[in-house]
Amino acid sequence: MKREGQVRIPSGCAISAVISREGRRMTGEKIVESMIPMHDRSNGLGGGFAAYGIYPEYRDYYAFHIFFDSRDTRKTCEALLKEGFEIVKAEHIPIRQIPEITDVPLIWRYFLAPMQSVLNRLQLDAEEYVARIVTKINAELRGAYVFSSGKNMGTFKAVGYPEDVGRFYRLEEYGAYCWTAHGRYPTNTPGWWGGAHPFSLLEWSVVHNGEISSYDANRRCVEMFGYQCTLQTDTEVMAYIADYLLRRQGLTLEETASVMAAPFWSTIEHMEPQEAERLTYLRKVFPSLLLTGPFSIILGFSGGLMALNDRLKLRSMVVGEKDDRVFISSEEAAIRVMEPDAENIWAPMGGEPVIVRLKEGTY
Amino acid sequence: MDIQAKGLDYRALNEAIRAAGPSCRITGCLGQRFIGAGMSGRRVEIDGIPGNALGAYLGGGFLTVNGNAQDAVGDTMNGGSIVVRGSVGDTAGYAMRGGEIYVQGNAGYRAGIHMKAYQDQQPVIVIGGRAGSFLGEYQAGGTILVLGLHTDGKPAAGYFPCTGQHGGRVIFRGDVSAIRFPDQVTPHPPTEEETALLRPLVERWCALFGGDAEALMDGPFTVVTPDSKNPYRQMYAAN
Repeated sequence: MKREGQVRIPSGCAISAVISREGRRMTGEKIVESMIPMHDRSNGLGGGFAAYGIYPEYRDYYAFHIFFDSRDTRKTCEALLKEGFEIVKAEHIPIRQIPEITDVPLIWRYFLAPMQSVLNRLQLDAEEYVARIVTKINAELRGAYVFSSGKNMGTFKAVGYPEDVGRFYRLEEYGAYCWTAHGRYPTNTPGWWGGAHPFSLLEWSVVHNGEISSYDANRRCVEMFGYQCTLQTDTEVMAYIADYLLRRQGLTLEETASVMAAPFWSTIEHMEPQEAERLTYLRKVFPSLLLTGPFSIILGFSGGLMALNDRLKLRSMVVGEKDDRVFISSEEAAIRVMEPDAENIWAPMGGEPVIVRLKEGTY
Repeated sequence: MDIQAKGLDYRALNEAIRAAGPSCRITGCLGQRFIGAGMSGRRVEIDGIPGNALGAYLGGGFLTVNGNAQDAVGDTMNGGSIVVRGSVGDTAGYAMRGGEIYVQGNAGYRAGIHMKAYQDQQPVIVIGGRAGSFLGEYQAGGTILVLGLHTDGKPAAGYFPCTGQHGGRVIFRGDVSAIRFPDQVTPHPPTEEETALLRPLVERWCALFGGDAEALMDGPFTVVTPDSKNPYRQMYAAN
C-alpha cells in the first residue's frame, strides 16, 4: 500500500450549475458531462445533482426522495408519513444498473400532500410541518434518510463519481430549468450515501466545495431553532441556515449572503454609512450564522439559484452566460463543456453573491 | 507538431508534449491540469482552456494560452515564460521564484502570493487589467505590475493588497486612491531606478498584446514596497 506522501491526490470537490432564465427545461446530459473535466477534483466517494422543474405534473405536492436500508424501515417510515400526509404516489426512483455504483440502498420517491386537519391541529403551515417531519425522520428513524423534500424539484445523490451517479439515476430522462451538481472529496467525514451533496430541505439545496471551520458554532445555533444535523457532513448546516434565514426569517438572498459571508469589520468600516449600517445590523443579529473557512456554494431554490464564495474566496468559482442560460462552475472548462461559446466569463469576488432568477411566470 | 487534447487526461497530455520535441501546439484543451509542469526548453501553444496549475514548477521555455487560464498558473515556477491571451484564475504565480507571467486580461485572487527572489532569480508578473483581493500577499521578492487597463471602472486591485509583503514590489498604473494598503507598506511614486525596472515590462506587455508602451509609460505609477527589510522582526519576540 502506498503511504501518505507517496501518492498525490489532486482533489478538492467540484461544483457546477446551469439555469435557463426563460424557464426552458434541459435534460441532465450536459450537467453530467460538465463534471468530466473536473473528475480529478473528486475521489469517487460522492456525487449528486439537484434539478428544478422536473415534476410539473406533481408540482403541488412535496416530492420526498428517501434512502431506506431495509424493507422494514420503509414500512415504518410509510406508516409515519400516512399519519400526516395523503400519499399521492409512491414509487422506486428509476436507476440504471452500472458497475461503478455499488451498495445501493432502497431509493424511493413519494409525492405528498399534508392533511389540512393535521396542520390545523398543530397550528402549522405546510412548509413548517414538512420541515419538521423531515427532521424527525432523519434524526429518529434509523436507516431512513429524506434527502429531498421540495416541490417540483429533486436531488439525486450516491457514493461514486458524479458522472457515474448521473448515469445511475438516468438524469437524461428528466427536464429541469435549473441543475446543480457536485463531485465530492470528503475530507473529515465519511463518504456515504446520505453524506453526498446536494443537501436539501424543502426547496433549498446546497452543493459545496470547501470546509466550514465554523461548523459547530453554526450547528449549535440552528439546533436552537429545531434543526438537527444528522448527516455527518458540514454542508448540511448550510441548507438549514438557508431555510432558517430565507423561509423563517424572511431575509432576502442578498441579506442571507451578507450573513453567511459577512465582510470583515475593517472592510465595513470604510463603506458608505447606509451599507455599513445594514451589514453591521446583520452581523450583530446573526453572528453565529457567519460561515468561516473556505467555501464556494450554489444554493438552488424554486425559480432560481445563488452562488456564493467565502469572503476570502478560498475556493474557485467562474460564471458564464449564453443567451438565456447562466453557467456556474469551479472551473471554466466545465462551463465550456456545457456551452463552448459561453460569453462574459467572470469570477465573482469573495462574499459577492451571484443571483439568477427566472423570468416571472416561467416556472 | 499538433496535439489534439480531446480525450487525453493530464498525464497522457504531458507525455505527448514531451514526445513532441521542442515545440508543439495543443488544440481542444479542456481542463487538463499540470500542462508543462516541471518542463524546460519547450514552446507550447494552447488553444482551449488549460486546467489548474499550468506550468507548475516550470523550469524554462515558453507557454502561450490563446484564451483564459484557470487557477494556479505558474505555481512555484522557476523560470521561463507563460503568456495568457485572456484572464487567469486565482493564485497565479503562487510562490513563484523565477521566470515571467504575462496576462492580457485580469487576474483572480492572490496573484503573486508568496512570490520570492534570490540574486538573478527575479520573477515578474504583469497583469493588463485588474487583480482580485490579496494581490502580492506575503510577497518576499520579485515584481508584480498591474497596468489597470480595461478595469470596468473598478479599482485595479481588490481588498487587502500587499498584506504581509516583506520584499519585492507591486507596481500599479493609474489611480490607486480607492485601494487601501496595509500599514507596513509604503506606496510611493517610482524612483528612477524603479522606472528603469518597469519600462521593459511595459514594453514587453505591449509587444505581446499590442498597445502603445510610450503612452502607458506616462503612468501615473505607484510602487508599493515594505517599510523595511524585516518589518516583522519584532512582531513575535524582541530579538
